[in-house]
Amino acid sequence: MTDARTIRLDNRRWLHLVDRARAFLFGSRSRRGIVWSVALYALLIAIGFVYLYPLLFMFVTSIKSPADLLNPMVQWVPNEIYTGNYVKAFRVLNYPVSLANSIFASVAPSLLQTATASLIGYGLARYRFPGRRIIMLLILATFIIPPQNTVIPQMLTYRNLGLLGSPLALILPASFGQGLKSAIFILIFYQTFLSLPKVLEEAARLDGASDLRIFLSIAVPSALPAYIIAFIFSVVWYWNETFLMVVFLEGGVQTLPLQLSKFAQAYENLYPPGVVNIFDRLNEAVKMSGTFLNILPLLVLYFVLQKWFVESIERTGIAGE
Amino acid sequence: MNRHMSSFGRLSLRAREALHGYGFALPWLAGFALFTLLPLVETLRYSLNRVTVTVTGIRLEFVEWANYTRALFTDPSFVELLIGYAIETLIAVPIVLIFSMIIALFLNVNFKLKGVFRTIFFLPVVITSGPVIRELAEQGATSAPGIADVPAVADFLAQLPSALRNPLEYVLTSFILILWFSGVQILIYLASLQKIDRSIYEAAAIDGASAWEIYWKITLPSLATATMVNAVYTIITLSHFSENRVIKYIYNQTYAVQGGIGYASAMAFIYFMAMAALLAIVYLFLMLWARRGSR
Repeated sequence: MTDARTIRLDNRRWLHLVDRARAFLFGSRSRRGIVWSVALYALLIAIGFVYLYPLLFMFVTSIKSPADLLNPMVQWVPNEIYTGNYVKAFRVLNYPVSLANSIFASVAPSLLQTATASLIGYGLARYRFPGRRIIMLLILATFIIPPQNTVIPQMLTYRNLGLLGSPLALILPASFGQGLKSAIFILIFYQTFLSLPKVLEEAARLDGASDLRIFLSIAVPSALPAYIIAFIFSVVWYWNETFLMVVFLEGGVQTLPLQLSKFAQAYENLYPPGVVNIFDRLNEAVKMSGTFLNILPLLVLYFVLQKWFVESIERTGIAGE
Repeated sequence: MNRHMSSFGRLSLRAREALHGYGFALPWLAGFALFTLLPLVETLRYSLNRVTVTVTGIRLEFVEWANYTRALFTDPSFVELLIGYAIETLIAVPIVLIFSMIIALFLNVNFKLKGVFRTIFFLPVVITSGPVIRELAEQGATSAPGIADVPAVADFLAQLPSALRNPLEYVLTSFILILWFSGVQILIYLASLQKIDRSIYEAAAIDGASAWEIYWKITLPSLATATMVNAVYTIITLSHFSENRVIKYIYNQTYAVQGGIGYASAMAFIYFMAMAALLAIVYLFLMLWARRGSR
């Protein structure tokens, strides 16, 4: 009798231990076990490495001196921090001017594109009119149509008007809602305004406010997060866009990505290969410095405005419909 | 007030609403006509002509479908590029979808240092631009480090027929590059995950469902819409990407003596059709999958 009971007790104790061990390793309802944690972090680090590797590679290469570049022993830790590459890349990219151009060529269209997108987004969300669905379909169509199907006639028109090479060639379509990925911004605003309560607007209407006034003084302020998000994304996409820039700004304003895309050529104009000594020839360290200088403003923007990127779509609900 | 009650008043109210709606849509509608529809029709016209650019303007010479037949039957590289594009896109889309879904699932649970990882995972949203990617690719910073160079793997690849080898090589050499296209998709999945009602999970857990079952029965079906959006977004981003070889080829032909604007326009339309076909294929596939999942 007693024997059987102790065995049963032992058994229970044993099972309890197993349970605890299992909870420690694999987790319980309330907390994650160690195995899961290790697996989770291992995967997270592996994936994080995928994204950080090119950046690290770019940065490390960019501070290598010519001697370090040739030295096969030097992989990840340069012997010295060599800033000469940045000095050269800075000159080759004509950095201050290109930076200012890039900022203007991405901020100006973005502002106007955001404004127009919010206008039509509001119209579609708040008013019912015949052809609403067709307009929605057309908006989706503008997202799908590849730029090269519409770009040539536009370029020829701008050439006739003497606008080729001027930022106006980018600003004009953007201000009419035909800019880069305008459709996405329209959908963001459509979703945002749909989700905002109508009560305030109706009260203002009863008080005799005009529709435009209601939009400007009630709808716009309450959709402010959507404006900020649309603007930030628009700036980033314009900044990174090269196809439209190459076509529309050809021979005129030079943005950073444009300068980067003809980096080798520009370098050899500044530092003719026959003239400069071998250490001043174009090498990957200088190229990487140029690339890094190119994305540096975006990185700064990203780290400063991180919160907005992270919260962006959670707030605006782009994932709907 | 009384006037509004009458049926005439209500009608005019509706007309008023419509009028204001059009008012808000007007800038976009004008822009669509001017900057999208008109150029699109114009490009279509170019594609049926031989276009010569002169000092005073452009000269058109109607050639019917000659540009199209040339692109599809005579040009040795265009069709090959197009097929390569289609295969690569069809491979890249599932990779992007699965990968961004995994990351979003991670970022949806709580763990230490979540903010740091989130910051890293959203980097592609900011950095994916043509010249940057090209520089990185040239320096070998975008291929899965060295897998394709391992002798055993290289031997294995050499044994395969080229129809199978090319896509596999593409995956191995461009895997990291493909991952760089998952930025926005992660955001969309994350937003969608956070919309799922917590109480469903709790109810499932009380009923004794395992995490595995919860994923397949609750999470995945709830992500059906987001998956559709992401698939479409991925295809379009990949197809519009300025380093896309088809796009570069079309662009170069625009200025080529042999090609010219007419030929480039015809290719642009063929490319557009190919892209639309890809969209339709992936869309139908996902529709079928979603319907089967919901049954």
